[in-house]
Amino acid sequence: MGVALTRSAQWTAAGHGTGTLEITPLNEAILNEIIMFVESFIYKHPQEAKYAFVEPLEWTTELDASAFQSGYVVRGEAALLPEKIPVWVSYKATVGLKDLNSESLDVFLPSRNVLGWFRTKGKADDEREINYERKGEIYKDLVTFLKEISAKFSENMSKQEINFDEEQQKEKEQFDAAPKKEEAATNHKARLGSDKTTYQKNHINLAKTQMTKRLEPSLNWKTSVDIKDRKSLVKDSQEEKHGTRLDKTRTSISPGRAQLLRKSIEKPEEIISESSSESEEDEEPVDHRQEANADLPSEYWQIQKLVKYLKGGNQTATVIALCSMRDFNLAQETCQLAIRDVGGLEVLINLLDTDEVKCKIGSLKILKEISHNPQIRRSIVDLGGLPIMVNILDSPHKSLKCLAAETIANVAKFRRARRAVRQHGGITKLVALLDCAKNSIEPAQSSLYETRDVEVARCGALALWSCSKSYANKEAIRKAGGFPLLARLLKTSHEDMLIPVVGTLQECASEENYRASIKSERIIENLVKNLNSENEQLQEHCAMAIYQCAEDEETRDLVRLHGGLKPLASLLNNTDNKERLAAVTGAIWKCSISKENVTKFREYKAIETLVGLLTDQPEEVLVNVVGALGECCQEYENRVLVRRCGGIQPLVNLLVGINQALLVNVTKAVGACAAEPESMAIIDRLDGVRLLWSLLKNPHPDVKASAAWALCPCIENAKDAGEMVRSFVGGLELVVNLLKSDNKEVLASVCAAITNIAKDQENLAVITDHGVVPLLSKLANTNNDKLRRHLAEAISRCCMWGRNRVAFGEHKAVAPLVRYLKSNDTNVHRATAQALYQLSEDADNCITMHENGAVKWRFPVLQTFLLQLSVANVGGLFGKDQSPPSPVPK
Amino acid sequence: MNRKKLQKLTDTLSKSCKHFNKFEVNCLIKLFYNLVGEVAERQGVVAGLDRNAFRNILHMTFGMTDDMIMDRVFRGFDKDNDGCVNVSEWVHGLSLFLRGSLEEKMKYCFEVFDLNGDGFISKEEMFHMLKNSLLKQPSEEDPDEGIKDLVEITLKKMDCDHDGKLSFADYEQAVREETLLLEAFGPCLPDPKTAEQALCPAPLLLLREAKSHRAGVIRICVCPQ
Repeated sequence: MGVALTRSAQWTAAGHGTGTLEITPLNEAILNEIIMFVESFIYKHPQEAKYAFVEPLEWTTELDASAFQSGYVVRGEAALLPEKIPVWVSYKATVGLKDLNSESLDVFLPSRNVLGWFRTKGKADDEREINYERKGEIYKDLVTFLKEISAKFSENMSKQEINFDEEQQKEKEQFDAAPKKEEAATNHKARLGSDKTTYQKNHINLAKTQMTKRLEPSLNWKTSVDIKDRKSLVKDSQEEKHGTRLDKTRTSISPGRAQLLRKSIEKPEEIISESSSESEEDEEPVDHRQEANADLPSEYWQIQKLVKYLKGGNQTATVIALCSMRDFNLAQETCQLAIRDVGGLEVLINLLDTDEVKCKIGSLKILKEISHNPQIRRSIVDLGGLPIMVNILDSPHKSLKCLAAETIANVAKFRRARRAVRQHGGITKLVALLDCAKNSIEPAQSSLYETRDVEVARCGALALWSCSKSYANKEAIRKAGGFPLLARLLKTSHEDMLIPVVGTLQECASEENYRASIKSERIIENLVKNLNSENEQLQEHCAMAIYQCAEDEETRDLVRLHGGLKPLASLLNNTDNKERLAAVTGAIWKCSISKENVTKFREYKAIETLVGLLTDQPEEVLVNVVGALGECCQEYENRVLVRRCGGIQPLVNLLVGINQALLVNVTKAVGACAAEPESMAIIDRLDGVRLLWSLLKNPHPDVKASAAWALCPCIENAKDAGEMVRSFVGGLELVVNLLKSDNKEVLASVCAAITNIAKDQENLAVITDHGVVPLLSKLANTNNDKLRRHLAEAISRCCMWGRNRVAFGEHKAVAPLVRYLKSNDTNVHRATAQALYQLSEDADNCITMHENGAVKWRFPVLQTFLLQLSVANVGGLFGKDQSPPSPVPK
Repeated sequence: MNRKKLQKLTDTLSKSCKHFNKFEVNCLIKLFYNLVGEVAERQGVVAGLDRNAFRNILHMTFGMTDDMIMDRVFRGFDKDNDGCVNVSEWVHGLSLFLRGSLEEKMKYCFEVFDLNGDGFISKEEMFHMLKNSLLKQPSEEDPDEGIKDLVEITLKKMDCDHDGKLSFADYEQAVREETLLLEAFGPCLPDPKTAEQALCPAPLLLLREAKSHRAGVIRICVCPQ
């Protein structure tokens, strides 16, 4: 660009490069255009305008140096823009492009005016002046323009590849550079002057996704920016002074994109505040808009005609067109997208804003159907449909309310929509729909009215169900008083309504705030009641809600007291409906955290059934089944039961899976079974210990920790445990190296495993060689009581070899251990006392303990434990001059 | 009218009209004579509401605008075809207008749309009723093309036996499938909003009637449903 501008500007006789600009009409015109562009850019793209260029843009290209003949200084491999071009030249007003395709290096100058992009007549040979008059058509955007002008450009565009050729590169660079340079102009003059522009292969992520997904700039590119990007963008904008990332600056290429970026940072806190429970369905879908030249189905034209009548018809014609449109298969994507593509969505949404009830009904009936399509949902939100529908919720017309709520239920399947519903007061209005009983006062026609009111409430619940997937909406529902209403509706017997009601409750139950209310409002009782319903979907959601709530102990008891365990157990026998089975097994898992519940399950023969479900089930089911068995096997009787039913083998088989959640549960269950020697023998025979051991290499810390915990009972209960452990080549080294982890749970579990491993002298020797002492010592400075306890135990056990006692002292493990005595956890005290006892056999350690005030803290916390230790060592601990204090200081 | 006569009329009419209770019928009769009285003074005939007076009510109270439809509605009310709506026709007509069941409304609407009364709504009749329903596009060669197409669309949607015209059976089936088609060829029933405004709670009736009557809008007294 600089080159082009340098050429186009008219210089004083003083010469090119160092010269000053002449005061000519042309220069003035260029400058004015530059200023106009630059000024409007800041307002149009505030985000991009903030970026400062701290370093020159560099990229590589496949073009060789000879391509940069005129205007560029070619230095080695780098092509530089000629130096000292004045700063203002970098401002973008016109884009000069070398059309490499036409070999002749013909320079043409696209210019932009209000209407769009056009080609200028360019520079005539042997003339210094450039003719800025328009030549040819005006194009609405630069891409269209370039496609038209440059064959190469359009060819590359159609290849859908990222091999941007030079002109694209350059164009982008210029396009991007302008605002930043402008922003930084004052303090970056010098650097700009020597703007080294090395061409480099681009790794422009954002641009790449955009280019591959869609060839035209589009408002739909948003899909390519994920939350992470947005967050980092927000961060970037704050840290703009510290440089700009190339890929981010690229975003200014498309106005649509820039606008979107602005949108995305508008409310960063909103984005972040959304609940993590939202799943993939939140991902806004990719737009598969058809290529313009693709064959359009006949429906497309028919729908286009109907939309024309919708636009130009009175109420009667509109209703006819709406009814006729409903005759198309609106569940089919072709029709859904056809309606959107011919501008039907705008009209349908506009109709909602009229006074014509019939038109509104007709429009909503269509919107309700087509909003099953994710792309349509997004368009509806983009077109501002949600606020209008939210307003309709206030209408006195019940069927209108119902349709609006049902459509909202469909649309609010992604985060932005849910947020829009909340921000326009939709949650309060939807909650108001639940309040149905109030309105049915006319006794004469009460039944009819009741049905209609129930329908209103059902639709309200349906919409709330969709909305409740966002954390902020759960909170809004609670604040709007939705919970008591949901609780009341739960007591009714309308199955259609119960499903969304239970669904909403189930979503909300993930929040602490709700769980307390769930206990108080007799929710559990009714959930249990509906478990007995005939409707499978209802059963599923009830079980799911119990699963969510049963994290809480009191709730687990309530499920039992209301007789919920029996239906859960009996639902296990029906394994055809996998969704329901997953929900039921999930509920059983959570409920079996309480021992009383496990007893009941054993009574109902649920444990045998669960063992039967260990094979041939989808992972969602397996996770829960294994989780439940893991809980059940905490009891001896159940361990025996599981073994007798042949449960060990399938459990061990599951150790080779890859599903994290499943592995965490399987390791726990296998560990629980290993507590019983007979089961342990089976596990050993099936090579289960080796499998557990290899899970220590799993990348996920939860799996590592769970596997290490499970290894403890295995080592404890295996015959010839020492020999078994030694048989795993590299196993001990692996365990010791896990002490370098930064996950507290992993560390605690590995310490526990080491405690067990170190029981065998030979193994202790090996792990000592692997450097267990310094690693354990390093961990000593921790506040985590769980880790403290197991660490102290491990240290105490590792003291049993060679000069490890002394080594712990040398590695400064003693002083921190003394401080563990300040903890409130008696387990920590016990383990620490044991460790200190072992360490105190070394005199230097005794001095350290003394210096760190072990004596000061020994009472009352130590007294119990110290009394168990030998007198000689207690003496050692207190030093020679001090006699042991009286054991009862109070 | 004397009290005794009014009482008798009320009794008779409330027996034959199932959607209104006695009180409502009584109010409607009073209202009728109020309206007729005015007309009578002007024209010297005390037969009932003539076409113009009735159309005035349709326009002012029920917000109807389409001349042709209003004529058809008048015919719908004027069962004996004597050119004016008498008290019995008034009460029965309003009963359907405001409280009619879907069946009653379908029957009524079909009669309204069947312009020549031959038991079918023909393409020509449809065209006639729909001819003003589309914005004229100056660019189009045949300005009626859109209307013709609309007629075809309607026929496709409603002509269940594919004989090129709508019988009552066709119409009934289509409406039962999609209630929005009840007034397929033009609004001939009060729209819910206007109907609601027209229905004012009984105790307020007399006050409102006195006030709004002067302004040309009548309030019809019925008990809230």
